[in-house]
Amino acid sequence: MTIDKAMNVLIVDDYKTMLRIIRNLLKQIDFNNVEEATDGAEALAKLRSGSFGLVISDWNMQPMTGLQLLQEVRADGRLRGTPFIMVTAESKAENVVAAKQAGVSKYIVKPFNAETLREKIEKVLGHG
Amino acid sequence: MDNAARHNRLNLLRQRYHIASTDLVIDVVDAILSTMHGDLSASEAGLLAEIEDLARTIATAKAEISALRVDDIMTNHIPSATDELDAIVAHTAAATDSILEVCETLDGVAATLSRDGDAAGGGQLHEATSRIYEACSFQDITGQRISKVVATLKAIDQKVATIMATFNGRVEPRATSAEGEAVLLNGPQLPALAMDQTDIDELLASFD
Repeated sequence: MTIDKAMNVLIVDDYKTMLRIIRNLLKQIDFNNVEEATDGAEALAKLRSGSFGLVISDWNMQPMTGLQLLQEVRADGRLRGTPFIMVTAESKAENVVAAKQAGVSKYIVKPFNAETLREKIEKVLGHG
Repeated sequence: MDNAARHNRLNLLRQRYHIASTDLVIDVVDAILSTMHGDLSASEAGLLAEIEDLARTIATAKAEISALRVDDIMTNHIPSATDELDAIVAHTAAATDSILEVCETLDGVAATLSRDGDAAGGGQLHEATSRIYEACSFQDITGQRISKVVATLKAIDQKVATIMATFNGRVEPRATSAEGEAVLLNGPQLPALAMDQTDIDELLASFD
């Protein structure tokens, strides 16, 4: 299965610097259609009004957290199948379990490297 | 005042105040002392000595805390420390943005090199900028760690305020503990305590 790298990817993080880093890392692996949101609520609005093939989201944001965003996505009939990668500094087992129970596709702990991001994206989009 | 009356009074004070003020404790001590008249038994004399000792300890603690100028912590030290930490976050964010800007320029050069036939050179440059992007994520992690330190400072500030209020006869409301998803929001763990990516992958895979 070939990955459609022209798909729209939504990246969500309240640190602008982190958004910039992820955007550049995605660009290096040929994902050029990247949109940004700085919290869960903004991300949900963008997801509902657009078409995205992948969501890469931080957890710890206000007013809507990444976990709440994930729950909203999985409860939405149109969005529920969207691959969702959580990228977060929250590395406790209970966090991973809560994210999995909410339907996360992959979980990346910060700080991460470009290779980990590429590998997880390939796995959720059908390679590996 | 008999024992039952003393108990009732203490219970009333406990219900009314989370932390009894020192003046109220002294009131209670005085009330107990005023009940002791005439010849004292050995146990009453022992109790009297303990109560006098307690009263002296409270008075000494009050004087020592007052001499420490604990209010300085609230008015000067903590605000100054949080301002310094905010400045660290702002400076590192600005520096990281500058680094990222240069990296983006280098990525452009790498793309030009690859397009002009130097795929190896372009690839090498891309590899180098990838490493820099990865390293720049330190700013997010340090920002979150600093936020945790600021939260700790605020907790200390609140405790100091409670101590000050107690010694001034006022009692501040107690801080509430985290509930629901807030329990899961702890930020970065110290490296020695944190699960790494391999541990997380294994845990996640155990659900499949």
